[in-house]
Amino acid sequence: MLLNALLLALREIRRNLLRSLLTVLGIVIGVAAVITLVTLGNGATLMVKQQISALGSNLVVMRPGQRLGPGHDEAGAPAFRREDADAIAAEIRGVASVAPVVSSTVTLVAGAANWSSSVTGTTNAYFAAGNWTLAQGRLFSDDEEQAGKAVCVIGQTVRAKLFAGEAPLGNTLRVRAFGCEVIGVLAAKGQGAMGMDQDDTVLMPLATAQRRLTNSRAVGTVMISLKDGVSASTAIADITALMRERRRLTTAQENNFSLMDTRQIAETLSGTIGTMTTLLGAVAAVSLLVGGIGIMNIMLVSVTERTREIGIRLAIGATGREVLTQFLTEAVALSACGGLAGIGLALLACLGLAAALNMPFLFNPGINGLAFGVSAGIGVIFGYMPARRAAALDPIEALRRE
Amino acid sequence: MRPPLIQLQGLTRTYGRGDAAVSALRGIDLTLFSGDFLAVMGASGSGKSTLMNILGCLDTPSGGHYGFESIAVETLNQTQRALLRRHRLGFVFQGFNLLARTSARENVELPLLYRGLPAARRRQAALAALDLVGLSDRAGHTPAELSGGQQQRVAIARAIVTDPAVLLADEPTGNLDTARSHAIMELLTRLNRERGLTIIMVTHEEEMAAYAGRTLHLRDGLIDRDSAEPDATSCC
Ligand SMILES: Nc1ncnc2c1ncn2[C@@H]1O[C@H](COP(=O)(O)OP(=O)(O)OP(=O)(O)O)[C@@H](O)[C@H]1O
Ligand SMILES: [Mg+2]
Repeated sequence: MLLNALLLALREIRRNLLRSLLTVLGIVIGVAAVITLVTLGNGATLMVKQQISALGSNLVVMRPGQRLGPGHDEAGAPAFRREDADAIAAEIRGVASVAPVVSSTVTLVAGAANWSSSVTGTTNAYFAAGNWTLAQGRLFSDDEEQAGKAVCVIGQTVRAKLFAGEAPLGNTLRVRAFGCEVIGVLAAKGQGAMGMDQDDTVLMPLATAQRRLTNSRAVGTVMISLKDGVSASTAIADITALMRERRRLTTAQENNFSLMDTRQIAETLSGTIGTMTTLLGAVAAVSLLVGGIGIMNIMLVSVTERTREIGIRLAIGATGREVLTQFLTEAVALSACGGLAGIGLALLACLGLAAALNMPFLFNPGINGLAFGVSAGIGVIFGYMPARRAAALDPIEALRRE
Repeated sequence: MRPPLIQLQGLTRTYGRGDAAVSALRGIDLTLFSGDFLAVMGASGSGKSTLMNILGCLDTPSGGHYGFESIAVETLNQTQRALLRRHRLGFVFQGFNLLARTSARENVELPLLYRGLPAARRRQAALAALDLVGLSDRAGHTPAELSGGQQQRVAIARAIVTDPAVLLADEPTGNLDTARSHAIMELLTRLNRERGLTIIMVTHEEEMAAYAGRTLHLRDGLIDRDSAEPDATSCC
């Protein structure tokens, strides 16, 4: 009997191909939209977390001004000096390395090629603090750091833009007005947390950058990496105390610098992305609902249309149950096809978009199941309920309804 | 004497309620035996279709008794009546009621499907039934591609394909020309004689009613004349 119902249902679907396709389309779009949006949102969150952990697990960033992040206010806050970094390295327990950092964006020229990139002046401690490794060449020597020699280590993007097909080591890079010898090349790191290219960078000794680029002894940021197992909050408290002392702040004065560890940054960022994902999910849920209403409509109209057909089937000897089984099978078959096609479409869209946006792809069975369940449920309920009413009629009643 | 196949006692059918109520049947008594061929006649609106629908278990009477092969039909539930329709009855509607966008053969196969026949036997039986009504060359056509008379014949084929005990036909020749009408009546007569098929048929034409062994005249929901009982009102 079930096989019979399936055969009947398939014949009906074929007989009303357009109507069936429209029903399926509603489900496909609803399911695909929800799954794609939620999956991409999850992927983005994961990506941010991965990139932040790649930054170094136990890193504290110190900047002038009262707080980090959006609305950061640096105005009026005194900059740091190299000595601040040295003091932290010398006096705070649990600190692995401390890197003072100054950066500016500068046009670089090598031979006929030129490229605009971020130039960072720092010390060798930066490599450890930022989890950088060298692909070729060497770090700065003590002499180079102290004297502020014109040497630099370049990222993979800069190497590709300026020294395509050429060995960069020993070559000269012109940074604004001075030539700078390339002594090392960084290993590639890829995209950063905000989508910027981390490999688009040039590193030089702090003294070199201060003297030749910024023309000041100020240090913009201090990156402090902690030893394994050291608590970031203890270290931050110690550093804060030290810095308040060094900056001669009285107890009444607020901090004119701020410290943030990578876990905090990670939480802030993934919190933002989580909100976005929820929002997108809500939008997708609305689209699923709209799709569902579309399915309802088509199902309702078709049952009204088909009340006469139900009457005919009853008149020639079908029982109410058989007619219902047929309609139910039809609704289930259509909804299931639509749901599966939607999942397939979402899979393709997610894989394509994840590749295009350079994001990880996370299969999320929960959302797949939910989207499928909701749309299929709507299809089944609204295919079945009106048919149930019609099948309970006397055949002649069903035949009279036009 | 053999037991009756169909027995109606004081059968009534009222449409609507209150002021708008229409009494389509107002007390029908009728006894039919297996193998009977009955023609039902009467003016338009006299209740012929209403009676046929009740006999065909498509409609529920408002009152009275309907016995079919010693079953009291008024006590059956919907499913039991569906099974009675499936196994014992064949119905030809005044308005054909074929499934749209479905070929003649598939339409004729439909009742066999509910009887659970395998596809090959369904197909074979449907083609044979279509052949009986002279439509074997139109098996693949949908109702929209058939003339009114051809649709009528598909409907007849669908009703007889299951080899029912009773064939109920509401104006089976209403849309046919005289020659076709006679061909159909000859087919029905043959089924009646050879297979013992009981036939109840509504017709407006005396000429067609003449094929039947018995003629019933309805008037305003009552039996006006019955050829089997010259004085219909003084039964028993
Ligand atoms: N669904 C209905 N609701 C209300 N009244 C109805 C309904 N069906 C039939 N009637 C009424 O019942 C009466 C009998 O109708 P019926 O269809 O049985 O007539 P008929 O003898 O078959 O006529 P015809 O020869 O025109 O087919 C008519 O007065 C008709 O108006
Ligand atoms: Mg009628």
